[in-house]
Amino acid sequence: MLNTDYRDNVLTVFLSGEIDQHTGQTLRREIDSCTEALRPHLLCLDFSNVKFMDSSGIGLIMGRFRQMSLLGGRLKITNLPDNIKRIVMLSGVQTLGVLV
Amino acid sequence: MELKIPSRSINESFARSVAASFCLQLDPTIAELAEIKTAVSEAVTNCIVHAYDTPDGEIYIKAEITADNTLIIKVRDRGRGIDNIKQAMEPLFTTGGEERAGLGFAVMESFMDKVKVTSKPNKGTTVTLYKKFVRATNEKP
Repeated sequence: MLNTDYRDNVLTVFLSGEIDQHTGQTLRREIDSCTEALRPHLLCLDFSNVKFMDSSGIGLIMGRFRQMSLLGGRLKITNLPDNIKRIVMLSGVQTLGVLV
Repeated sequence: MELKIPSRSINESFARSVAASFCLQLDPTIAELAEIKTAVSEAVTNCIVHAYDTPDGEIYIKAEITADNTLIIKVRDRGRGIDNIKQAMEPLFTTGGEERAGLGFAVMESFMDKVKVTSKPNKGTTVTLYKKFVRATNEKP
C-alpha cells in the first residue's frame, strides 16, 4: 500500500524499497489509481527511501509524466538519493523539468 | 557461480542480490555494488520482458572472476532472440510497451566496462557483462 500525503491539490507519494520491473507494475497501478481518483494539480514522487532502482523506475517516471499530462497536472520528483540520481541523469528525464 | 531461475519478475531482486553477493569477494565500493546490481537487473529484466511469452522460461546466470580481477557475468535465455542487436541497444528503443524506457542496454553499458550481446532467433540471447576491479586484495598463497 502506498504511503501518500494529499493536501492543497498536491499528491505526494513516498516511495520506498527497491523499484524494478516487478515492483514497478504494482506502483504504477496504485499511483494511477490515486491520481485518477484525486486529480491532483501536482504529483510529487519522493524517492528519499528508495534503496535501488533500475531503468524500470525511469519507465515509471515517464509513464506518470504522461499520465499527469493527460489529467492536466504536473509531475515532480524529489529527494533522489545519489545512487539513483545517476540513472535518472543518464535517462534524460530531467529535461522534462520534473526534478526538484 | 551458476544459477538457473524461472523468468518471473519476482526473481529480479533475487538475481541481482546473488550477483552482488558473489562480487563481494572483490571488495567493491558501494557505488560499484550498485552498478553491478543495476546492470544484472537490466539484463534479467530483458529476459523476462522480451525473451519468453510465458513465465516458465529459464534464465541462466553465470559469474566468474578472472586472474586479473575482472568480474564476468553472463545472463542467458533460450527465448525468441533479438532480430537486430544494434537497434535493440540504441537508447530509448523498446518493444516492451510505453511503460518501458528502452534504457536497459544503455544502463548496462554505462555501469559496466564492456557489454557483449549474442543472439540467435528462437534460440536465445546471451548478455555478457565485464567489470574490472583494481583495488581487490590478492590473497597470498
